[in-house]
Amino acid sequence: MMQILGDSCGQGSFKIRRIKLYIFVIGVILVTFGPAMSWAEYDVIDITKPFLRKIPLAIPLFKNTSGSAEEKQLSETAADFLSDTLDFTGYFKILERGAFLFDPEKNGVTLANINFQNWTVVGAEFLITGYYEVNNDRISLELRLFDTFKARRVLGKKYAGSKSNQRSIILRFCSDVIHYLTGSRGIFGSKIAFISNGTGNKEIYTSAFDGYNPRRLTNNNAITLFPAWSTDGKWMAFTSFKAGNPDLYIRNLKQGQETKVSRQGINSTPAWVPGKFELAATMSFSGDSEIYLLTGSGKIIKRLTKSHGIDTTPTWSPDGKKIAFESARSGSAQIYIKDLVSGKVRRLTYEGRKNTQASWSPRGDKIAYTSEMSGGNNIFVIGLDGQDPVQLTYDSGNNEAASWSPDASLIAFSSNRDGPNRIYVMTAYGTDQRRLLVLAGEQTKPKWSTNYLNN
Amino acid sequence: MQKKMWLMIALLLVVPGLLFTLGCQKKTVSQAKAPVEKAPAKAPEKAEAPAVVVTPSDTTGMIMQEDIYFDFDKSSLTSAAQDNLMRKAAWLRANPDVTVTVEGHCDERGTNEYNLALGDRRADSSKAFLVDLGIPASRLTTISYGEERPVCGQKDEECWAKNRRANFVVN
Repeated sequence: MMQILGDSCGQGSFKIRRIKLYIFVIGVILVTFGPAMSWAEYDVIDITKPFLRKIPLAIPLFKNTSGSAEEKQLSETAADFLSDTLDFTGYFKILERGAFLFDPEKNGVTLANINFQNWTVVGAEFLITGYYEVNNDRISLELRLFDTFKARRVLGKKYAGSKSNQRSIILRFCSDVIHYLTGSRGIFGSKIAFISNGTGNKEIYTSAFDGYNPRRLTNNNAITLFPAWSTDGKWMAFTSFKAGNPDLYIRNLKQGQETKVSRQGINSTPAWVPGKFELAATMSFSGDSEIYLLTGSGKIIKRLTKSHGIDTTPTWSPDGKKIAFESARSGSAQIYIKDLVSGKVRRLTYEGRKNTQASWSPRGDKIAYTSEMSGGNNIFVIGLDGQDPVQLTYDSGNNEAASWSPDASLIAFSSNRDGPNRIYVMTAYGTDQRRLLVLAGEQTKPKWSTNYLNN
Repeated sequence: MQKKMWLMIALLLVVPGLLFTLGCQKKTVSQAKAPVEKAPAKAPEKAEAPAVVVTPSDTTGMIMQEDIYFDFDKSSLTSAAQDNLMRKAAWLRANPDVTVTVEGHCDERGTNEYNLALGDRRADSSKAFLVDLGIPASRLTTISYGEERPVCGQKDEECWAKNRRANFVVN
């Protein structure tokens, strides 16, 4: 039984890619095979505390069809990328291949051929096998996820495409694996925007979620700060000094057109309203820095804060009904939450001399922020009740600018723990801290986009 | 003689500073008063003379090149900053055609977002003080660079203190 999936994926660049695939018939064909799978029959990973125990996962090298040198090389690259990508999520302990009682050249990769005891004995709770074929410019892959203790296949997918589609094929399968295990589509279609000064000026760059393919977005030749993606990924707002003043720019990413919002004083820290063509930003034209709500074309809708002293760096609750922001109204900066429906403001943070850069989790239940401590800045996470802030970074220079992954499982941030500022990623619980990418200059202000693989 | 003129000028400038409540630190005002009290009784009459007299030699606006400095996480003016701004005001009176951009800066501690707002307040409080001293607001524009343009790169208090500043660009 073969079934072609609808694959009504999404928005942004992926949609463009998909249209191209279908039109030129070079694309990825997704097929499930075998008995119809019940999707997300159970969620293996409890997303409320997913990193207490990593799931041991075995990903042996794929079985090749022709055995040509090229096929072998591409196939290994694919298996390694699959391992690295699932490892990136923080959910898994990827097992060392050296311990496997398995030879892809001899052993089969389908349910009937797998000896599950060979996998449970090395500690694997899940197993992914691959069947890989190269035919001229085209590749085809069959990827299967097995529950080794239950001795059953839980996912099976067949993909075909050009060699250049290999990365997106693997990411599709990762998305399916994570969806099966967590009920969420994960992060594999998301991007990260950040600031880098490699050219001598701070400019905005973007990369894939895993740091792949970093590209410079702006060419302002001037200080550029605070990138902010719209929910649909079509717009990027930021602050730049390119016209002299710190002005706000709202850029259409496809066409490159920009709207400038320039008032006397600062025009900074844009934050898009989830799902809307509206954004909050800090402006000081009144003589005091306050947060305003703007249309996507830069017109002021209304003022959202009113207090003497600095109010800045808004972040939206996922339902768009509240903002968290930093305010110096009590003396030193602390995080506050304003309910825009009732108009009520409450202070969220009390511990720490200065708390800034609030970032609301896309799940809605937590806020990450930067706390100024004697040894440097560190990232904390706090519940909406303001109780028991949890410190995620320790003893490692300045750790700042937390930004949640779209599924709220990971946090990107900047750190100068090794000297220059770089972008790092950790789980939402502070584990698995690692550098995201290698690039000239210093990198700061990561901002994670929505996941565009949301089918 | 030089000293005497300084005192007169201080008096001349402090009075309007007191009249326009600016939220300046009271401590600073009382410090500025001290030398005035020691000045000769007829100082106030003499002070009516144009302030220009004080800086005849500063034809190139050297005083404008001096930065003023701020305490950590503060945008209020220290007494030293106020003294310096008084001298700047005197020069600006003597050079009425000059316009100035006041740039507010911060040290690297704190976050860019916050520091951009703090630098804005530093530039604003510097401008407001000059306006209180009679310099037309139209001659003064402000810009914040936050922590983006430090003059000193070390990670120590000596350096941070140099970076917490307003500087004055004569246009």
